[in-house]
Amino acid sequence: MKQNQNNFLFDRTLLRRSLRASFTKLDPRQMVKNPIMFTVEVVTFAMLLLLVWIAVTGDTSQGTLLYNSIVFLVLLLTVLFANFAEAIAEARGKAQADSLRKTREETPAKRIEPDGQSHIVSSSALKQGDLFECVAGDTVAADGEIVEGLASIDESAITGESAPVIREAGGDKSSVTGGTKVLSDRILVKVTARPGESFLDKMIALVEGSSRQKTPNEIALTILLAGFTLVFVIVCATLKPFADYVGANITVAAFISLFVCLIPTTIGGLLSAIGIAGMDRALQANVITKSGKAVETAGDIDTLLLDKTGTITIGNRKATNFYPVDGVDKKAFIRLCVLSSVADPTPEGKSVVELGAAEGVRIDPVSMVGVRMVKFTAETKCSGVDMPDGRRIRKGAAEAILRLAAEQGCACPAEIAATTRRISENGGTPLVVCENERIMGVIELQDIIKTGIRERFERLRRMGVKTVMVTGDNPLTAKYIAEKAGVDDFIAEAKPEDKLEYIRREQQSGKLVAMMGDGTNDAPALAQADVGVAMNSGTQAAKEAGNMVDLDNDPTKLIEIVEIGKQLLMTRGTLTTFSIANDVAKYFAIVPALFIASIPSLGALNIMHLHSPESAILSAVIFNALIIPLLIPLALRGVTYKPIGASALLRRNLFIYGLGGVVAPFIGIKLIDTLISVFF
Amino acid sequence: MNTEILGVILQWTLLVVLCYPLGRYIAKVYRGERTWLDCMAPVERGIYKFCGIDPAQEMNWKQFLKALLTVNLFWFFWGMLLLVLQGWLPLNPDGNPGQSPDLAFNTCISFMVNCNLQHYSGETGLSYFTQLFVIMLFQFVTAACGMAAMAGVMKALAGKTTKTIGNFWVFLTRSVTRILMPLSLVVGILLVVNGTPMSFDGKQTLTTLEGAEQVISQGPTAAIVPIKQLGTNGGGYFGTNSAHPLENPNAFTNILECWSILILPMAMVFAFGFYTRRRRLAAWIFGVMLFAYTAGVIVSVWQETAGSPQIDRMGIAQELGSMEGKEIRIGSAASAMWGMTTTVTSNGSVNSMHDSQTPLSGMLQMLNMQINCWFGGVGVGWMNYFAFLIIAVFISGLMVGRTPEFLGRKVEAREMKIATLVVLMHPFLILVGTGISAAIAAANPEIGWLNNPSFHGLSEMLYEYTSSAANNGSGFEGLGDNTPFWNISTGIALIMGRYFPIVGQVAIAGLLASKKCIPESAGTLRTDTGTFSLMTFAVIIIVAALSFFPALALGPIADYLTF
Repeated sequence: MKQNQNNFLFDRTLLRRSLRASFTKLDPRQMVKNPIMFTVEVVTFAMLLLLVWIAVTGDTSQGTLLYNSIVFLVLLLTVLFANFAEAIAEARGKAQADSLRKTREETPAKRIEPDGQSHIVSSSALKQGDLFECVAGDTVAADGEIVEGLASIDESAITGESAPVIREAGGDKSSVTGGTKVLSDRILVKVTARPGESFLDKMIALVEGSSRQKTPNEIALTILLAGFTLVFVIVCATLKPFADYVGANITVAAFISLFVCLIPTTIGGLLSAIGIAGMDRALQANVITKSGKAVETAGDIDTLLLDKTGTITIGNRKATNFYPVDGVDKKAFIRLCVLSSVADPTPEGKSVVELGAAEGVRIDPVSMVGVRMVKFTAETKCSGVDMPDGRRIRKGAAEAILRLAAEQGCACPAEIAATTRRISENGGTPLVVCENERIMGVIELQDIIKTGIRERFERLRRMGVKTVMVTGDNPLTAKYIAEKAGVDDFIAEAKPEDKLEYIRREQQSGKLVAMMGDGTNDAPALAQADVGVAMNSGTQAAKEAGNMVDLDNDPTKLIEIVEIGKQLLMTRGTLTTFSIANDVAKYFAIVPALFIASIPSLGALNIMHLHSPESAILSAVIFNALIIPLLIPLALRGVTYKPIGASALLRRNLFIYGLGGVVAPFIGIKLIDTLISVFF
Repeated sequence: MNTEILGVILQWTLLVVLCYPLGRYIAKVYRGERTWLDCMAPVERGIYKFCGIDPAQEMNWKQFLKALLTVNLFWFFWGMLLLVLQGWLPLNPDGNPGQSPDLAFNTCISFMVNCNLQHYSGETGLSYFTQLFVIMLFQFVTAACGMAAMAGVMKALAGKTTKTIGNFWVFLTRSVTRILMPLSLVVGILLVVNGTPMSFDGKQTLTTLEGAEQVISQGPTAAIVPIKQLGTNGGGYFGTNSAHPLENPNAFTNILECWSILILPMAMVFAFGFYTRRRRLAAWIFGVMLFAYTAGVIVSVWQETAGSPQIDRMGIAQELGSMEGKEIRIGSAASAMWGMTTTVTSNGSVNSMHDSQTPLSGMLQMLNMQINCWFGGVGVGWMNYFAFLIIAVFISGLMVGRTPEFLGRKVEAREMKIATLVVLMHPFLILVGTGISAAIAAANPEIGWLNNPSFHGLSEMLYEYTSSAANNGSGFEGLGDNTPFWNISTGIALIMGRYFPIVGQVAIAGLLASKKCIPESAGTLRTDTGTFSLMTFAVIIIVAALSFFPALALGPIADYLTF
């Protein structure tokens, strides 16, 4: 999915749609939201009036009609380029959302009426609170929560992930998304969001601008840019009496050009595109944001709460070692272990069978006839099998098995305690195995830390983000894994309240906290966190509480989100710097051109040796206009974030965009001047 | 010539070396720590008791500003009354009459805002009573007012989250009793020793060597000159300010007075570092300011000592440099140094005619005032830099991918709004004022304001508004500014140029202070680095200096190129 998204920029229909939008956005009522480009539109209109006046009177004291027409066209292009930047960002976001929405077009739904009858209706007729039924092969008609049943569901339409997932009523995996496909079984779903009001629809509205609100940072930046614009209004307006006083005649076109070149049009034109592109990038990462602000806040995150399972470690624990007690043959012990796990469907159980196979112990399922399974219950805290020959094989937590043995009066071998402690200290979980209440040995289960996760945490640390691992493990195990994975802190034996408490404490010391969660009991913490990312598979409550929804259910996504947020702010900052730095060269291009006719000695300021006053002014406005489309790809892609520390980052960006911003227009204006000097 | 340059270097060194310990002392004064001037405590207690002030009361930024503005209003009425009635008041041996209400208004406003633009001459326009109880008093209290405002800002930025920023009255009183008074006393005694008069006798009539009679004005000059310099006031006791031989008798007093101009603004930068315990940041701010100031001094000294090309063309030797409008006992280098020093601060006292300096010196003097934050007025200069710092923090904060923060406080829309307005106000006052006057002058060529036509004339008008808005008070002169138009329009610029920034900057500090303090992390933008200082410098140059580029191009630059 990621591949084709990069091509959106060059997609022909998108371009056509954006081009059309650039013109419709000329509507002053829309333009006024962007004070900088609005002033450009106003002075462009003034230029138009001047053109009419010249055409009617034939007066050329303001320059020729051709010259003024070119200035007018370039100014108009400046506005159009800015509009185009916004339009293409919107179009990209929309296209992305549309491709997601396609999956949720009209589908038939089997609605269950209050009387228990089922009727086939269109998905658009579903209302919040309605119940509908899905069986294998059906497409889920609307977002909802499973109230009855269990099903495996293909969510590839939304997530791009082809492996089916299990969703069931009750618990934390009860949510289904419209457009996904039920592969097996039957479920009864309660509609939680009316079609058109789902998160995706909210996001589309956000991207399209109808409900888009400026984020706090964007407002502050707009204020600053409006301030700069005002300074240049004053600078240009007062230049008129100064020039009159010293007897220099300045044309209207020159005044307007000076003004438009000095005000920060580059950032002004790209500002909203940058904001939308931030949300687009989140969407590309399959994250639906409920507001633009959330993306921005993500860049500021100081503390990241991560669940151990799935984020830091690969899903589940794996068996890594068998430790028989003294006097028990290893092969025989392994055989016991495998027997106890053959019918165990949990990942831990499967891993025991796998490890056994690796050690050369295989059990033919045929030989299992007559074996009775004993399921794991919260009460016994162990599971196992009863063999036809009367042997009872059990495996479970150390305390549970030891108690079982003690009840039967069996002695506990001395080395068991030492082995289990050693395993715990190394971050593992010991499982004790007994046969007829006689303790036979220990299986070591280890958490497998994801490859590369240490490097990611290192990267986060360099960004200034503190990582906190949340786990239900005991403190010993938690500490070991925390150290091994390289997280900064951990919460062991965590209950949902602990998360909330931790978040509150961090926030009290002024930090911004992000977390990811899926369960209903995560909801308070998700709401409390500054950035709460709910997994799409999570419960409705969790999704409502958070301010982002991750369609991939990928716990490491938070790291990407933080980078997207940082990129968003950086792009704004660097383009502002670039835009303001440009002014240096523009002053030196235009100011001598304004006065050179009346005060020839000011030609000494023409350090670029531009050809003529007209060519100088035209090159400056043309450069000013062209730089906007040239920077659109950067605005949409975002400035690359490198976690090299704030000071180094500032040095780097100041060098590229600050110094570059001073130098680039000198080169650009001189080049354009060389080209057009043939005509002017 | 070499001795003159050595004098300039000596003075520069004395400033840089002494401002550091003084800054530490000032920080201690505002922190209320033990200093060797604790003997002033009973005096201060007396003042608090007399005025009914509770020194332990903590003010929030609104209460702080209310106190500041109220006392300024009180001073205004106090000054008006005394100036108009001075003819009937004691200590008037020369029998000078009271000022007319409009002149009193102008004088009062200008001294109240620490600007000291003078439309009168001290010899005839004031009595000794008003020299002491309006001029000198205002020179103490308005300087202290700026320092107190900065103390409030420092308090706001120093601590953890706080709603209060200290007690204005305490800061004000301590600034006078523990900083300005003792320093003035030392400088005053040195001046008296060197021949500056300190008496209450009236004019003295002397017979000159040629046998002619000359009437010499005198009075309590040595009491007023020190605070004139130390408090970045600049309003001279005599009409010709520190070019007058009794106000500034010799090369030593010239060095002493020039040193007095800059020492407190420089020390305030370090005081900020000591007070907030961010000495590295203070050192970098100091570095940026010192760089800009020193660069200006080098260019100006070079320009003035090189002499005027026009006089060169006449075939006249200029070993002493360009001496038009300069005092022979002071010399061209020291005059250039003074010109830069008095314009980087909001002092405005002069020891030469700025109008007669070479165009580039004139441009740098204007640029210093247009930027108005290379050290600047006591307290307020640093606060102007603070406003630019906020803007630089905002842009660079975004550039490193974080919501901008300064000293652990988030800079958001409200602070940006105020900072932008404060930064905007300065070019607005200067350019709009000059624009209006240029339009009037262009429409009525016979209006007779200007001594010089064309570019230099524009420079004269630009300088006048620049000096007013920057609360500097120096005049380019050569401008007939004692007309209703200039009195009123510069008066507006004076008031706006003083209170608007102070209110804005204290408000920003107050708002920041009440925010949650964010602990620093690897992602936090450090403000005490060279890169960030460069960023601030660039913001100041591009935003403040370059917006005057078109105006300067038509004034001093055109002047220089056609010189």
